[in-house]
Amino acid sequence: MLGALIIVFREVIEAGLIVGIVLAVTANIPRRGRWIAGGVTGGVLGAIVVAAFAEALSQALAGVGQELFNAGILAIAVVMLAWHNIWMARHGKELAAHIGDVGRAVSNGSRSLAALAIVVGVAVLREGSEVALFLYGLAISGGSTGAELLAGAAVGLALGCGLTALTYYGLVKIPARNLFAVTSVLVTFLAAGLAAQCVAFLQQAGVADFLQQTAWDTSWLLSDSSLAGRVLHTLIGYSDQPSVLQVIIYALTIALIVALTKIVRPVATPKPTLSRA
Amino acid sequence: MSIGTRFFQATALAAVMIGAGAISSGAFAQEAALRLTIKDHRFQPAEVHAPAGKPISIEVKNLDSTPAEFESKTLRVEKVIAGGATVTIKVRALPPGRYRFFDDYHEDTTEGYVVVD
Repeated sequence: MLGALIIVFREVIEAGLIVGIVLAVTANIPRRGRWIAGGVTGGVLGAIVVAAFAEALSQALAGVGQELFNAGILAIAVVMLAWHNIWMARHGKELAAHIGDVGRAVSNGSRSLAALAIVVGVAVLREGSEVALFLYGLAISGGSTGAELLAGAAVGLALGCGLTALTYYGLVKIPARNLFAVTSVLVTFLAAGLAAQCVAFLQQAGVADFLQQTAWDTSWLLSDSSLAGRVLHTLIGYSDQPSVLQVIIYALTIALIVALTKIVRPVATPKPTLSRA
Repeated sequence: MSIGTRFFQATALAAVMIGAGAISSGAFAQEAALRLTIKDHRFQPAEVHAPAGKPISIEVKNLDSTPAEFESKTLRVEKVIAGGATVTIKVRALPPGRYRFFDDYHEDTTEGYVVVD
């Protein structure tokens, strides 16, 4: 039972953290509940479909369908997170200023919500399909231990939801005026980490077969399959044996998001200027 | 710098580039092919050998009815193998060493090593 619990919990850590962060990011946006619930539901349904067609997906595209699919959905998540951060840099103030004006806030917020709902959906889809496959394996192996393993899996899933709650309540404790700055940084690191994971799948598929050397090995210090390593893996993209290309793409993603955020940021409140002759 | 020296440099550079191209394409042609099966949540054989510095392809046949997830941190692979399915995993050329892999769904019983020497 403990084995099943650990496997399922490990798989849902990433999705759990991402849902918690997205809930905190959207704390002030009305109607976020239905968007995020929609993202989770879509992700779960998608995960079941992906798990059901795991073999077909694996054989697709000359045997690298699974890798390219994972890389593709990770790339979508990266783009959506980056877009969200850039969009919030431009409209965040506006959104906060009109917080009382629900109608305006909804129309402003919903575009960003759609992007984040996709991020949630993708996170749940990716990890959920592995959980679904694992549970399917339990179901068909059956036997007397089946029910016990299933109970373990259910507890693992519940712990994942607990992690979501912990992340969310931890983040919303941050004073509102700082929350935006904190979540912007979180989202940037999250995007960079997912970009590095995307690269790993492209390298596994043989699409990006260069700079594959291991950049460093810190598995002796903190294994990324340990609980702490897993959490850091999601939050800042920590990897104990990344390839050189992963490190480069990680840094590039951060640089690009920061640069674009600076570029689109509206000019600070126009100061009254004295006309000079 | 004389024209002759420049010509020599350009020729040498071209020769190196062609040489490098030949080596890399040659390496791909001599891919080391390994075969594994999974039965009763165990890899057979549990240890396979491969030459250093050559790309490796590992064919994994899952004889169990349950899905497995072939995973290896050091080989940098993470691939789901459905029950009864066969997949081929491509691994980059590696320096000598012992590289552990396992079934993520049954890590306690299912592990193996690629020994590169």
